[in-house]
Amino acid sequence: MSKKPVQKGKEVETTGHSWDGIEEYNNPLPKWWVYIFYVCIIWAIGYTIAYPAWPGIKEATPGLLGFSTRGNVAEDIAEQQEKLGPINAKLEAAELTEITTDPELQGYAVSAGSAVFKTWCAQCHGSGAAGAEGYPNLLDNDWLWGGDIEAIHTTISHGIRNEDDDDARFSEMPAFGDDYLSEEEIDSVVNYVMTLSGQAPNDASLVSAGAEIFDAECSACHAEDGTGDRMQGAPNLTDAIWLYGGNYDALKETVTYSRYGVMPPWSKEASEAGRLTEAQIRAVAVYVHQLGGGE
Amino acid sequence: MLNYIKLIALALVTLLALIAANYARDLAYLVHAILVAVVAGGLFIYHLRKVGDKNVAPQNEYNDGLIRMGVILTAFWGVVGFLVGVTIAYQLAFPQLNFEWAQGYMNFGRLRPLHTSAVIFAFGGTGLITTSFYVVQRTSAARLWGGGLASFVFWGYQFFIVLAATGYVLGATQSKEYAEPEWYVDLWLTIVWVAYLVVYLGTIMKRKEPHIYVANWFYLSFIVTVAMLHVVNNLSIPVSLFGSKSVQVFSGVQDAMTQWWYGHNAVGFFLTAGFLGMMYYFIPKQAERPVFSYKLSIIHFWALIFIYIWAGPHHLHYTALPDWASTLGMVFSIVLWMPSWGGMINGLMTLSGAWDKLRTDPIIRMMVISVGFYGMSTFEGPMMSIRAVNSLSHYTDWTIGHVHSGALGWNGMITFGALYYLVPVLWKRERLYSLSLVSWHFWLATIGIVLYAASMWVTGIMEGLMWREVDANGFLVNAFADTVAAKFPMYVVRATGGLLFLLGGLIMSYNLWMTVRKAPAKEPLVTAVPAE
Repeated sequence: MSKKPVQKGKEVETTGHSWDGIEEYNNPLPKWWVYIFYVCIIWAIGYTIAYPAWPGIKEATPGLLGFSTRGNVAEDIAEQQEKLGPINAKLEAAELTEITTDPELQGYAVSAGSAVFKTWCAQCHGSGAAGAEGYPNLLDNDWLWGGDIEAIHTTISHGIRNEDDDDARFSEMPAFGDDYLSEEEIDSVVNYVMTLSGQAPNDASLVSAGAEIFDAECSACHAEDGTGDRMQGAPNLTDAIWLYGGNYDALKETVTYSRYGVMPPWSKEASEAGRLTEAQIRAVAVYVHQLGGGE
Repeated sequence: MLNYIKLIALALVTLLALIAANYARDLAYLVHAILVAVVAGGLFIYHLRKVGDKNVAPQNEYNDGLIRMGVILTAFWGVVGFLVGVTIAYQLAFPQLNFEWAQGYMNFGRLRPLHTSAVIFAFGGTGLITTSFYVVQRTSAARLWGGGLASFVFWGYQFFIVLAATGYVLGATQSKEYAEPEWYVDLWLTIVWVAYLVVYLGTIMKRKEPHIYVANWFYLSFIVTVAMLHVVNNLSIPVSLFGSKSVQVFSGVQDAMTQWWYGHNAVGFFLTAGFLGMMYYFIPKQAERPVFSYKLSIIHFWALIFIYIWAGPHHLHYTALPDWASTLGMVFSIVLWMPSWGGMINGLMTLSGAWDKLRTDPIIRMMVISVGFYGMSTFEGPMMSIRAVNSLSHYTDWTIGHVHSGALGWNGMITFGALYYLVPVLWKRERLYSLSLVSWHFWLATIGIVLYAASMWVTGIMEGLMWREVDANGFLVNAFADTVAAKFPMYVVRATGGLLFLLGGLIMSYNLWMTVRKAPAKEPLVTAVPAE
């Protein structure tokens, strides 16, 4: 870098100091800068008079406009409740089976239920309700505990396997690996179960032994033909729908250790843990029912 | 005598650290105790071997050894910080990159504070300490005061960085943004920082210039305020002397307010005031022009430091924070607009009469765009502090974009400019190894920032609008996961922008390295202190 001679402004002088070769001009403050700064300050004073701002010993100045963020929220909630109160009451009073036949109620329940679902249910069942491993898909017509509107309503209200709600859906498959069946027996029954859904077994020689074990140990819940029993929440083993996977390894895991998925109780009335009102539960039940698999 | 005290102290620290390691209750504490023991033990042996040596360090020259080391480490930490940033940006776009085998160490949650601390405190902090030590010596025409204390500050700060970084990866965090290190790391930083203040003040007091240059006001305000912020926000009680966990003294909304008073002023005094100090020295130096206005520098300095400290509550709009505090935070943020821009005006107008250098000097170009980004983010910030705007922008990626246009654009670029200026001076080279590589760096970094900021605006505003979208009955339309899915393409663009910025940093490191290795040496002109 070649050192150029410093060209001084025509009128402006430097302050006369120099630090390591750096000098400073004595330019005045830019006018526009000063004016905008003043405007901001004046606006700030006005704003703090209009809105809650200056803290005192006991409380702050409330502001001339009576603004309050909490007040705004309370107003919004009150307005919403007033607007939706009548239709919520109607939703709560209606027979569950009649909701779907009333277009106004049905339309409202679907839009309200969709919001409930996206807020509370999507975390496990997915925002599109397609589920995930361990969390049932709600779009198909395969239901563990029943897919009519009343069954769905009960499941949502009380949840699944809640110790603190007597009305909760409850079933428990034994962990057959717990000194119940030998490893070889488990292997056999898993091979047999694979054939139920039309899969090729891992080891065809074990299938007939597995059929005998299935008859003795599994058919009480899953039925002799393996189609399951909704009264007990026992899944159908003959289709291609699997909550925890239907391949050899997943089935072996299930038979050996069992599975114990839970769903919370959502009804405020049914459980202390419940978070949803009856109207919300009905709405989300209608929403789930109309997703495709409702009976 | 001093040597014996040092030796006894180091032996004691080694012993205590080994005892602490023996009783350690968690992995992070154990690793840190061993680190302390190794470092203190190593220093003990080093000092023991030196006992009896005559101190021959020349006292009439600038202390530039530390500054050379600081330049190297600033570039190093920069590359590390950008690399972690790019990694977590890709982790957000492709969650599979949170590898199963690295869970608990290298997943997003552990790496995110590593990134923020690496860029702010390791890259930015080392850059600030290095340039402040350089600038205060040159503009005071005095060697750094305090002898070995300056080395203690420099290396003590590096040790803080190592403790903080290893702590995050091992899970020691007090969960306060930008103040994650646990209690003993905080205590160590307090000691280092007070020593920093002492060295800095000592040097200014023994200056040979009649006045204190403006860059030093900014550096000093940064040092003093950060000390205050750090101490108050980190008030906590350790659960055990032999464990890393501690409990905050404040709780609830008081804790939140303290945190954002700290958090915002980390931006205000670390990333703004400190870097303005850098700007006020390196821009006039590189442009070889006088600073535009002395008056403006005074007014905007005092306005900036007085107003910035009150702006924190704008991080807590629509929370448990009382409305009055929220209003004040917003009002002070808006009044802050012009004081912030004062620095931009002084930076840009310093170039009046030297605008032609933009064509020929890519370093000046880097400094100018840095000041430009400074101006842009100090306009965007006050705007986002307005409650109505904030209700849309808060918790969205817009905030991330805002932070990065400031951090990459302003802090990054001005630091790069300072490094490009310093290396030829400190290693007595005639010029940089390659100006065209500086141009490459400039364009890669600039395009990277534009991609980053633009993608975050788009995705931030989109996500804010999706969150508040309701149907005719007032019910929410989108699930949170829907907004996450919608952001994917913009996340890829953002990560790519970060990648370009990282590439620029690598090119700079290569260029600086080659300058030291290959560039022609400069004939020594100035060796002793230039007394005015």
